[in-house]
Amino acid sequence: MHFDAFDRYHETNSFVHRLDPRIKVAVTVAFILSNALLPDGAWIAFGLSWMLLLFANIFSNLGIAFTLKRSFVALPFALVAITVLFSIPGNPLASFHFLLWDLTISDTGFLRFVSILIRSWLSVQMAILLVATARFPDIIHALGHLRVPSILTTIIAFLYRYLFVLGDEVFRLMRAREARSAAAGRRSGRSVVWRANVAGHMAGQLFLRSYERSDRVYNAMLARGYAGHLETINPHELRRRDYITAALALLAILFLQLAGRL
Amino acid sequence: MTNVLQVHDLHFSYHDGRPALRGVSFAMCAGEKVALVGPNGAGKSTLMLHLNGILPDRPRDFVHGRGEVSVEEKRLTRDNLPVIRALVGLVFQNPDDQLFSPTVFEDVAFGPLHMGLPMKEVEARVESALEAVRMSGFRDRLSHHLSVGEKKRIAIATVLSMKPQILVLDEPSAGLDPRGRRTLINLLRELPITMLVSTHDMKLVQELFPRTIVMDEGQIVADGQTRDILENEELLTAHGLEKP
Repeated sequence: MHFDAFDRYHETNSFVHRLDPRIKVAVTVAFILSNALLPDGAWIAFGLSWMLLLFANIFSNLGIAFTLKRSFVALPFALVAITVLFSIPGNPLASFHFLLWDLTISDTGFLRFVSILIRSWLSVQMAILLVATARFPDIIHALGHLRVPSILTTIIAFLYRYLFVLGDEVFRLMRAREARSAAAGRRSGRSVVWRANVAGHMAGQLFLRSYERSDRVYNAMLARGYAGHLETINPHELRRRDYITAALALLAILFLQLAGRL
Repeated sequence: MTNVLQVHDLHFSYHDGRPALRGVSFAMCAGEKVALVGPNGAGKSTLMLHLNGILPDRPRDFVHGRGEVSVEEKRLTRDNLPVIRALVGLVFQNPDDQLFSPTVFEDVAFGPLHMGLPMKEVEARVESALEAVRMSGFRDRLSHHLSVGEKKRIAIATVLSMKPQILVLDEPSAGLDPRGRRTLINLLRELPITMLVSTHDMKLVQELFPRTIVMDEGQIVADGQTRDILENEELLTAHGLEKP
């Protein structure tokens, strides 16, 4: 009975799976950076960027639409950018009255909004592909090699490790509640307010338990000689294939940056 | 006498395909106190979780298994789950898995409150349940700061307050000091209720339960009078148990 709903790794054998995780992390970061740097309305460059993503999908043996299907979870976050529709001066496209405000959509605002949407959509897909093709400990290890401060990688590693422990704890709390969620006659379950109250208490319990457990875990780690950093046992080795892939990917990114600026 | 609990040909496998129950059948009469023994991994806890419909994701068709559980002649299905849960009081092995409210009172009151009983009745039930486990003075204490023995007794009170027909306890004496264990034994002896108790504590079995069921590898390998089973050394050794 283990909670593994968060693990997004997809086990297959493919070219991308076999690449060194450092290369995958570096290319993903470069790709995301490149998307962020492309100017508004660089449609050709966005298209090339998308093609690069599709190639990555194909070489990872997960199907060409793999990341597309999973990318929609991140779409609601793009709503944060909705204010740019109204806040950038330009030629008005449409205006309407909303509650207390008169809102006007400008053409430059609209252009920027669509561009932000495309940028984030492409970037999210590459990140999805990264966690689908590299095991989490390998990603952490790669981040360490890429000079991310060890305090950050350690925090991320622990967060990931204890997400599952916490998930199990939540699962047990809910099972205990379920075991006593009985009925006598028709009126059972009580009011929404009461149930919300119980759920609130359960969240509090979860916090207390995690807090106390983290203390015990830390003591157990100290008892075994923990001195501030985690050791890893799988050495990564950069081969010719890795260098060539990295070089080609970075060249492609450079090219689409140029295409976006011409 | 009618059977309070009837289990017929119960099969179950976990998500990883590991079979945990492979055709379990038995019945219990009203007022009977039965011990369930067997090595770790024999399927005891899995069986107990089935008795109030916790494990099967969809009890209507027992997705990862098949078989039948009936309580008071009512067959366990998805539709009557809440009714069955009012009849079968399940006490988990680890009291931390059982207690989820900040105070003892709220935890013991959860069952009756969920059943929709009026506040006065709930109060009365909490009082009598705490009295039954001799923890009357603890109603306003914080559950997670009690000792293991105290938590165990509170865990039992949380289901007693629902006035179940059957009490199902998973290794109640595990991790208790001798005094805590003695208090628990006296408590179990005095409770006038049908009881199925899984345990590794063979002395407890000898002292408390007239009938014993032995499980191993997902099956019942012996079911009979405790006296006879504890005499059968061959059987005990074969299933990793010890004569007390």
